[in-house]
Amino acid sequence: MSKEFEPRMLGIICNWCCYGGADLCGVSRFQYPPFIRLVRVMCSAKADLSYVLRAFSKGLDAVFIGGCHLNDCHYVTNGNFDALAMVNICRKVLQHIGIDPMRLRLEWVSAGEGIRFANIMNEYGGQIKELGPLGEPEGLDRKELLFRLEAAAKIVPYVRLVQMERLRVTERTEEAYNTFFASEEFDRLFNETIVEKLEMSRIVTLLGQRPFSTSEMSERLNMSASDVSRHVKASSRHGLIRYDANHGCYALA
Amino acid sequence: MESKAGTGNFADVLVVGAGISGIQASLDLASAGYKVIMVDKAPSIGGKMSQLDKTFPSNDCSMCIESPKFNECNRDPNIEMLTYTEVDKVEGKAGDFKVTLLKKPRYVDEGKCTGCTTCVTYCPVMIPDPFNQKLSDNKAIHIYFAQATPLVPYIDENCIHLTEDKCRICASVCKQNAIDFAMEPEKVEVKVGAIVMAAGYETFDPGLRGDQGYGKFENVITSLDYERLLCATGPHEGEVLRPSDKKHPHKIAWIHCVGSRQVLPGGNSYCSSVCCTYIQKQVILAKDHDDDAECTIFHNDVRSYGKDFERFYQRAAKLPGVKFVRSYVSVGREIPGSKNVTIRYSTPDQGVMEEEFDMVVLGVGLNPPKNVKALAETFGIELTDHGFCKVDPANRILTSRPGIFVSGAFQGPADIPEAVYMASGAGAQIGEMLAQRRGKLSVERVYPEERDVAQEEPKIGVYVCHCGANIGRVVDVPGTVEYAKTLPNVVHAEESLFICSTEAAQKLSVSIREKGLNRVVVAACTPRTLEPLFRDTLREAGINQYYYDMANIREHCSWVHSKEPEKATKKAHDIVRMSVARAQHLESLQEFKLPVDKRALVVGGGLAGMTCALSIANQGYEVYLLEKEKDLGGVARRIRSTIEGLDVQAYLRDLIAKVYRHPQVHVYADCTVLSVDGFVGNFTTKVRTERRQIEIKHGATVIATGADELKTEEYLYGQDQRVMTQLELEEKIADGDAAVEAAESVVMIQCVGCRNEDRNYCARICCSHALKNALTIKAKNPAAEVSIIYRDMRSYGLNENYYRAAADKGVKFVRYEPEGKPVVEPAVEGGKPVLRVTVPDEILGAKLALDADIVTLSVATIPSATSQAVAGMFKVATGPDGFFQEAHVKLRPVDFSAEGIYLCGTAHYPKHFAETISQAYGAAGRVLTLLTKDTVTASGSVIKISQHDCVTCGACIAACTYGAITFQDTPEGKKATVNAVLCKGDGLCTTKCPKSAITLQHYTDEEILSQIDAAADGHWAAE
Repeated sequence: MSKEFEPRMLGIICNWCCYGGADLCGVSRFQYPPFIRLVRVMCSAKADLSYVLRAFSKGLDAVFIGGCHLNDCHYVTNGNFDALAMVNICRKVLQHIGIDPMRLRLEWVSAGEGIRFANIMNEYGGQIKELGPLGEPEGLDRKELLFRLEAAAKIVPYVRLVQMERLRVTERTEEAYNTFFASEEFDRLFNETIVEKLEMSRIVTLLGQRPFSTSEMSERLNMSASDVSRHVKASSRHGLIRYDANHGCYALA
Repeated sequence: MESKAGTGNFADVLVVGAGISGIQASLDLASAGYKVIMVDKAPSIGGKMSQLDKTFPSNDCSMCIESPKFNECNRDPNIEMLTYTEVDKVEGKAGDFKVTLLKKPRYVDEGKCTGCTTCVTYCPVMIPDPFNQKLSDNKAIHIYFAQATPLVPYIDENCIHLTEDKCRICASVCKQNAIDFAMEPEKVEVKVGAIVMAAGYETFDPGLRGDQGYGKFENVITSLDYERLLCATGPHEGEVLRPSDKKHPHKIAWIHCVGSRQVLPGGNSYCSSVCCTYIQKQVILAKDHDDDAECTIFHNDVRSYGKDFERFYQRAAKLPGVKFVRSYVSVGREIPGSKNVTIRYSTPDQGVMEEEFDMVVLGVGLNPPKNVKALAETFGIELTDHGFCKVDPANRILTSRPGIFVSGAFQGPADIPEAVYMASGAGAQIGEMLAQRRGKLSVERVYPEERDVAQEEPKIGVYVCHCGANIGRVVDVPGTVEYAKTLPNVVHAEESLFICSTEAAQKLSVSIREKGLNRVVVAACTPRTLEPLFRDTLREAGINQYYYDMANIREHCSWVHSKEPEKATKKAHDIVRMSVARAQHLESLQEFKLPVDKRALVVGGGLAGMTCALSIANQGYEVYLLEKEKDLGGVARRIRSTIEGLDVQAYLRDLIAKVYRHPQVHVYADCTVLSVDGFVGNFTTKVRTERRQIEIKHGATVIATGADELKTEEYLYGQDQRVMTQLELEEKIADGDAAVEAAESVVMIQCVGCRNEDRNYCARICCSHALKNALTIKAKNPAAEVSIIYRDMRSYGLNENYYRAAADKGVKFVRYEPEGKPVVEPAVEGGKPVLRVTVPDEILGAKLALDADIVTLSVATIPSATSQAVAGMFKVATGPDGFFQEAHVKLRPVDFSAEGIYLCGTAHYPKHFAETISQAYGAAGRVLTLLTKDTVTASGSVIKISQHDCVTCGACIAACTYGAITFQDTPEGKKATVNAVLCKGDGLCTTKCPKSAITLQHYTDEEILSQIDAAADGHWAAE
């Protein structure tokens, strides 16, 4: 690259706290690098998984989510806990599809913390600048990145279901959230549910390009033949794909 | 007189002075159902605040926060503005005043003038510009300042037609025939029930005595002059240029207390309260304008007594090249040639020095308004010896004449938040007096019918604001306008100096109609402040207000990337593009009217809570007053008198009796708040009292939970009975405690537990508290030795007189630095046990030892122990020091960001007795602006459920703790259904629905994804 890398970053921040903090940062004239573009939402919980994936699929280098400090949410829903859950799950999804999870960051900034907003922007901006453009340090070309993000975006409805049924943290405390998302239990559930679905999604997405045989799929997706066969069976059962006996390959149903 | 409300010369209230205090009083009164006439002697409303560049301690742009209020006044059908008008005569009595107003001839017909300023262009006569402190020239006919309201020129008395009967060019170029040299002073009689005096202040004029070379040396200017120099609309468009050679001054000195804290003839004995902090602000701004500026501040005590002032002081002091020097000074001489000015000062280390500066700024204090004696005579009110309005010692809003109230700096030096809450307080007291007249003369605001544009192609207008120089100095505004024109569906783009000014907003409204716009993007400041104003502008233009989006290119761009103009401009383009992308998808939404429960809840039964509750009740509204202790009164129960000598206990007994006797006040003592539910206009609070649990429904809430006295372990407190707090000393003095009465020596230590790392704030009241106790001891026993060991004596305002009185009575003052704190230890002197207090003596360089019988600690006032729990339940914020955080430090001092919740008393910050009362009335005034309404409007930004897509999984219902979503039977089966009134628009449920059947209106996926896509700008596709 000829000129110095300038990250393009997206911020999705809540109106009541982080946006206020970003405003106060401005009023106080604290300086930070001009990398980020901010989108205002009413609650950090509104920063949906699909928004994060969309941002990466458009080539943005990082996504920042800012909300009120836990238990200071403007709403009785305490939606910032939901933002915390989403970020934990999303970072794991990113990791699974080969994107550095550092590219997604969540912080709590109150409307009185202008300096904290500036500090975060300076630090995170620097980190992303050092990390490099999306895909480059990951060793993924654009086509591959888009393919993987497309597969991930397809399972957003499923992630919502799983979250409700199996990944819900009952106690709304920071400790309970941190403990759960750091637990082996979470890893196990994540692998059983989201990873499984993601692999199926990759197959379906691949078959969206053209029909493939299982061995071709195994090669293209870097997936073991047994895994491919398991996911193919499940996908066929769900009526997503079908076997084309004439050509000896699978295609979209 | 033309009248917006068509009520002729009848009104409920006359507000005299349209500075920030008069403006706030007018707005509050108008919105609480009164018809108001507002007069100001200047050609525009705005007062002194409009001349300031920024306001401390947030450094908000002064005009940017004040001018939206001009707009509100202008649009309010119940406010009649009369500028360039003075009050000639006041007859009658409270409830029935007849006031004669004198409209000075501005020689421009306000009805005909369009504000086109052709006359100004052609006027050949230059005069010194009064708004710019005569630092630059303006035409003899000119608009008072860029955002003036009304935006109509006036002709200065130095016009050569008026003085020499020549010229008349303006009259010949005016196409509207608005110039009228035949205008005579016009008398207008109005009838009102009450009057608010918000006459404001004048800055001290150092020219009268030639203080510090002012008037003699060109480069000695006043702080108000400097304020104009800093300002983008100032004499040099925001470039700080010194008067003599219009060069950038590099080395600048500020001198504190010019005209204040002095008993010399022509000076003021009081402290002007605001100068210390405004000087710090000016230093910060000087460094902002010029990184390398060398700033020296010559000060006496640095009085950073307000909320966040201490941090602000530290911020200024820490800047490189900034030097705070504690020294009395005198301006020496002007250096021939350079016209630099020398200052002589002395420091303990270096002795007397003389130093040269490029420019010297005098921190001038606040004086009563000009011609105050005549003013007092006209209104029949009494003045103090200082020439300020004489007020009731407890209720500083009451003048000596019934029916006439005072607010702002006319009753003594005050900063903007005080001027604002006193204005709201005056509103409350008038509400008590004129309760029967409420709503009789006032009218509702009417908007034109909305044009249905849903089927039209988006036609977007983009307005890019310079914000003076705040944006324009960094971001290329014309370039951004050109860029905006290239964006899809943008049919019009233009720039504006201040888009929030009354004039610009009106032009915006016209432009929307003329260009047939159906979407509007304003690229300016944060939507958190001005979005309501622009939405209102859209309504006036007949467009649904949700067709509006704001691109924040100031707080999120020009201010945070001020050193990188090119990149900031690029970012501004991106922000505008994101806004335009979003605007394409915006939809028309309707707001909901929700009924307002007409009852108020006041949490905290101390002085503030009781005063506020009683005022609300006296205005005819029911109040629930909660107190956690068994008895009402709070910390005030421990205060025996104010420094002015008011018997606090008698006052409190009377207040408690009034509260208990009032049929509209329901007191619940010994109670705890269990939970709070609901929102503005409709709260439900569950409370446990001793015997039972009750549920209170109320429309408004006031938090008045007070503050506590710090329990310290320093200085032998708790170990030695002779060590006590100021409150304890006060009680013991009043109760005739033997040890205190016998004390021959009392030593007081200031700043115990505050102004340190743990509590980085000044507790505001302790210096005056110490002076009060010292004076009482001296009055009882003149032979007693009293010493006050202090860091800065912060007896701000009129309390400065007590500081001087104490010194005159022989109270000793010993200063210490935080690194040389006093030490208290028991000792025996002459066979008598004493407490020996040692403190390093800065001047002698040795240790000073004082033997005391009593040591009194001025301990910090700290947030009430309950404040965090209360904050959590009511969903309101606390600041870094734990005190409750108001919505805006300057202009919304008793509001919370959360609507319908208000704040007063020491819960906000430590405060003196009378300050607490004023603020409590202020909160009552704000509460009434809500309770007098029958409905509140709830946002149209609520969720919408596509029932066809709903799979009845219940995820949304589980997420919504507001209970806004329930299952209902529909023809398609059981489906999730929203009760829009309960929906708060946070959008959590939209992220839970596996079928994406829920949309949050105004934050739809389409809208947000379009912003995200626009942020990326297809750069992957382009490369």
